[in-house]
Amino acid sequence: MTSPSDFPTPTVPGRLLDVEDVTVFRGDRLVLDGVSLTLDAGDAMILTGPNGAGKSTLLRTISGLRRPDSGEVIRYGDLAWLGHQDALKPGLTLAQNLALAEKLGTNSLPDALEALDLTHLTDLPARLLSSGQKRRAAFARVMLSGAPLWLLDEPTVGLDIASIERLGAVMAAHRAKGGAIIVTTHVPLPLDNTRSHELPSLAHVESFWLS
Amino acid sequence: MTAFLALIDRDLRLAFRFGADTLASLLFFILCGSLFPLALGPSPDLLRHMGPGIIWVCALLACLLPLDRLFGAELEDGSLDLLMLTGPAPAAVAFAKMAAHWLTTGLPLLIASIPLGIMLGVKGPELPLLLLGLAMGTMSLSLLGGMAASIVLGARRGGVLLPLLVLPLATPVLIFGAASSYAGQLATSPAASLDLLGACLFACLPLCPLAAGQGLKAAVG
Repeated sequence: MTSPSDFPTPTVPGRLLDVEDVTVFRGDRLVLDGVSLTLDAGDAMILTGPNGAGKSTLLRTISGLRRPDSGEVIRYGDLAWLGHQDALKPGLTLAQNLALAEKLGTNSLPDALEALDLTHLTDLPARLLSSGQKRRAAFARVMLSGAPLWLLDEPTVGLDIASIERLGAVMAAHRAKGGAIIVTTHVPLPLDNTRSHELPSLAHVESFWLS
Repeated sequence: MTAFLALIDRDLRLAFRFGADTLASLLFFILCGSLFPLALGPSPDLLRHMGPGIIWVCALLACLLPLDRLFGAELEDGSLDLLMLTGPAPAAVAFAKMAAHWLTTGLPLLIASIPLGIMLGVKGPELPLLLLGLAMGTMSLSLLGGMAASIVLGARRGGVLLPLLVLPLATPVLIFGAASSYAGQLATSPAASLDLLGACLFACLPLCPLAAGQGLKAAVG
């Protein structure tokens, strides 16, 4: 677990993230071309763009899983991650699946499960959960971490309207506490004062070769 | 440290939950060892002479079996992304997985090698020496195997590449390990072979997790 001292002090107070002119290639294809964005405490940024525009790649680059080919990503705090996949082991119960995140994080498991209406499923093996319930369980992991910066890749996949509302309330509470969110989504989220960043499709850009 | 232990704990839970996968390498070890008397003939002298060698080769191959899934399952369901981002350092994640691999594969093999050894005619006083060698050997194999598994992670035909990577690296372990186990039969001192086997283990102990951590980072990138 990284301690706060591992991160640089922001020049702007309340700044959580600086992304400066980030370019990423995948193979010989240009996926992100000079993306710059900033995120302050309380912000919610929605990444939009057509399929294949590099939304997930941008999230992975911001998280540090992937190194940008040029440009810089500077984070000023811890992050919590919700990927495409739910990362739940089918054989373990919900509580066992989240045990590692609970140990690493600062928030309590019962509170997170309560907020997402999962309490009654705590001792059920993950293989018996529906896809929406699994998605909420994966989201519970984000809530456990206590990190200020949330990176969410399609958090609403498979969720019903009531669950999306619940997610919206959780995200609003997180922002009110000084957290920030970057989310990719194709459905409207119940969030106020969002900023959006549209990634252009670079599919038309000819793949080019290093000469 | 808590995260490290929690990771081992989770892996052990998974291993118990999916007992069939865990037992597969153990059954392979016992079956493979039991086939040799059928093929070589029931001569006690021959089996006693071949016994330690058979056990070492079977243990080496049995250790390889679960390696393919060691990190593969984590990569596929997205757990590896999470571990790299919020878990302990990559090398510690790799080391925890290697330790769990030894606890679920190496340790059962050690226990199973007692009846297998007796079946192959290894004498009682020679057994502790065989077990000591095997303990160090299987630990080295878990470390080397974990490193190779993380390197081929995400590569196509990773399953084919894996043994090609591990087996050459494991030859010193096999040579010194088997040599130490034969010391009782040949009435020589096992000290030199055990020293070299221990040297292999202590070389693997820091290097393999570091290399594996880099492999994991590359796989999620």
